[in-house]
Amino acid sequence: MTTSIFEERKDQIHRTGQGPFELACNRDSLAGAVSQRACVFCGSRVVLYPIADALHLVHGPIGCAAYTWDIRGALSSGPELHRLSFSTDLREKDVIFGGEPKLTAALDELIDRHQPKAAFVYSTCIVGLIGDDLKAVCKSMSEKKGIPVLPVQSEGFKGNKREGYLAACKAMFELVGTKDDPEIPPVSVNIFGDFNLAGEIWIIREYLERMGVSVIANVTGDGRVDDIRRCHGAALNLVQCSGATLDLAKMMEEKYGIPYLRVSYLGVEDMAQALYDVADHFADKDPDIVARTGALVREELANLLPELKKLRADLEGKRAAIYVGGAFKAFSLIKAFRHLGMRVCIVGSQTGTREDYEELAAITDPGTIIVDDANPLELSAFIKEKDVDVFVGGVKERPIAFKLGVGFCDHNHERKIALEGFVGMLNFAREIHASAMSPVWRFVPRRAKALCNAPKEAGA
Amino acid sequence: MSTTTPYVSTTNACKLCTPLGACMAFKGIEGAVPFLHGSQGCATYMRRYIISHFREPVDIASSALGEKHAVYGGGPNLKKGILNVMQKYGAKLVGVATTCLTETIGDDVPMIVEEFRKEFGDLDLPEIVSVSTPSFAGTHMEGFHAAVRAVAEQLAGESVPHHGGLNLFPGMVSPADTRHLRDICDDHGLAACILPDVSETLDGPALLDYERIPSGGTPLADIKAMPGAAASIEFGHSLPGRRTAGTFLKKTHGVPCFQLPLPIGLRGSDAFFAALGEISGKEPHPRHERDRGRLVDAFVDGHKYIFGKRAVVYGEEDLVAGLVEFLSEIGVHVVLAATGSEKTGLPSSIRKTCDELGLKMPEVREGADFHEIAELAEQLEPDLVVGHSKGYRSARKWNVPLVRVGFPIHDRFGGQRLRILGYQGAQELFDRIVNAVLEKNQSDSPVGYGYL
Repeated sequence: MTTSIFEERKDQIHRTGQGPFELACNRDSLAGAVSQRACVFCGSRVVLYPIADALHLVHGPIGCAAYTWDIRGALSSGPELHRLSFSTDLREKDVIFGGEPKLTAALDELIDRHQPKAAFVYSTCIVGLIGDDLKAVCKSMSEKKGIPVLPVQSEGFKGNKREGYLAACKAMFELVGTKDDPEIPPVSVNIFGDFNLAGEIWIIREYLERMGVSVIANVTGDGRVDDIRRCHGAALNLVQCSGATLDLAKMMEEKYGIPYLRVSYLGVEDMAQALYDVADHFADKDPDIVARTGALVREELANLLPELKKLRADLEGKRAAIYVGGAFKAFSLIKAFRHLGMRVCIVGSQTGTREDYEELAAITDPGTIIVDDANPLELSAFIKEKDVDVFVGGVKERPIAFKLGVGFCDHNHERKIALEGFVGMLNFAREIHASAMSPVWRFVPRRAKALCNAPKEAGA
Repeated sequence: MSTTTPYVSTTNACKLCTPLGACMAFKGIEGAVPFLHGSQGCATYMRRYIISHFREPVDIASSALGEKHAVYGGGPNLKKGILNVMQKYGAKLVGVATTCLTETIGDDVPMIVEEFRKEFGDLDLPEIVSVSTPSFAGTHMEGFHAAVRAVAEQLAGESVPHHGGLNLFPGMVSPADTRHLRDICDDHGLAACILPDVSETLDGPALLDYERIPSGGTPLADIKAMPGAAASIEFGHSLPGRRTAGTFLKKTHGVPCFQLPLPIGLRGSDAFFAALGEISGKEPHPRHERDRGRLVDAFVDGHKYIFGKRAVVYGEEDLVAGLVEFLSEIGVHVVLAATGSEKTGLPSSIRKTCDELGLKMPEVREGADFHEIAELAEQLEPDLVVGHSKGYRSARKWNVPLVRVGFPIHDRFGGQRLRILGYQGAQELFDRIVNAVLEKNQSDSPVGYGYL
């Protein structure tokens, strides 16, 4: 059998410390290579999805809506309109004669039925081809219903997830600034790029509130349309996630002069750093904030570190692999694994940038495999080569790890366990521990020792 | 009686798109890699969806088309993709299914495949089967049947000597059911070519080495030998009158074709065993008679717990028809039967069941979504919901048990190992239904009875 590495993809794989850093990325996926990536529509859908009081209508054939029904564990403290899957379910005659009448009728019907605060209309591959004028339909429907109806230009074939993020940001930017709130305090932030999987945004909000920082809008976890409309009144945007909402932060900086900070809430250092950065930013407005933040971090760490220490005793020296969608998670995870005494041997992402990979090359141990836009053949070969104990990834990576007898930590849309914040670090450590320390690995072929249980005759 | 849906929009679909069905069919063929000709997202979404049910690696290749391909055509990428799949995966068969994107831009896939064969004729090429699966027409079941038919048409066109075996087209059934069907055929002395056969490919063992393509699946040699079989059996209420793999083999090679309902429940299983007896000329192994006897005994033992319970049933047309038949046999009162597919003959097959058993016709809906199912069910006051995982939110809202059957099962463990076919499958399903009712009685009771 041939090697697992596609000739055309050789330059998308790098080994830390072996030769100068050269890694190609931001390419179209290779045909036939079974990329783990999704499409533009997916990028838009995941970013906007958690806005809980908006109607999310997918304009296209049924699949795109069916596969994204309630797909993310993006929790809401109130309305749950986002958890329904709406589609125009385009048929052959719509493709031939145009889907605009059906879209108009569907919006009419659904807005009346659900009374949303806004509606997002997602275009799919086919809409781009048949030339439906999404903008015009949305505009006239918006006038008719008196709510924002926003087109999201997310035709799947126009690129990868990144273009989808941008389309989502453009749609949200239409909302920003459409409502003024004079009550917004000077020490205030918007949380960008957190999707409240397993209630994570509530953990972060609670830290910020303890520091004395008001949170205006969640973009988009547990998100609300009216908060996004007034979020230009906040003093600072906190941007997590490599790509999803950075575009929106940049647009807001340009138009409203609101600065942004790039943060991560995963792992001990990054979580603490995020809070300290916010405190430093507001130190001139609130002289005590730095001290309050220090006290908060100390209190959290006092609870967390002894627990981590216990888990580390078991995990010390074990090997980990990381494959995630956006590269920001990878940085935090590498640090988190160091806290557990574990070595990261493989790290990759679907949509990392050159800067991302350069930084990964700088912070990983020699010999670590860095990979862009990997596929099952490569991942399985790397797992075997590095003999890893635990793999961190998404739904599509899980069966690869399990088939090879490797532990797994779900770090994806569907996770039910909060992994952000100090408490999230503990959850993460517990999940890694629960998988890595299970006795089941003794029985999988790669670890199965010839357990000699030959039957013995009694009294022999 | 059946009416069309009163809505323009679809909320919480009760169907999936056509290419997914084709992928499921190709997944059950030896050495096959399903290949979607379209944008990368389709393959990735479907992989995720299928993996969450089977908990197995599910590789679906894609031609990963971008904007320029949408303008200039996807042919070059399709060829490059097939070449990559063939060289890296060592695929023996590449199952190319189209998507709405490539159907709309008008890529002529059979022609592109023909060109590919000419261009790379010097290489050891895999079989390439192509099927047209635009997601704006039909549901995943249409895609599934179309792919099975395409495999038969494109690989079993040539006559072969008679060999007395059986062609079995089971439809989209679980790996465990597929294994059971094989055992039943073996017990009749029939060598069965089961197409597709997902018994190993979507339910495989732990391995030392990662298999690029999971072992198992219908052997290509068996597929090519289908024209020499003694008969074909295909399951599905909705198949009569449609062009299927079985009708192709009948028309082209004169292979007799038995179109039966999915063997769910007593009478459905009886019909399947009768057909096997007719084809093989053999009595079934006595163990099946004993299974049947135990099943009837269980029906008697459990009948009082479930009599008159009102059930909502939804899912794929053939599965729903079979479940309605089974539930009607055991005294469960089906109040609503719904499918996302259209024009499947579901109302008439349910009418037939009701007439045979002297029952009142339930509400039947084709082209239904979960919004409509929920709206109807609100007035029907069900005690029980039977269907796949996507009805969970409704069942939870009504506070009634959901007995999970079919695909997808995303919120329970072991969906790939569920059996519903044959006497043994009926037994397992019957036990689950009775226990769902008992569990509900127990949890609703303030007493906490220790025996029920």
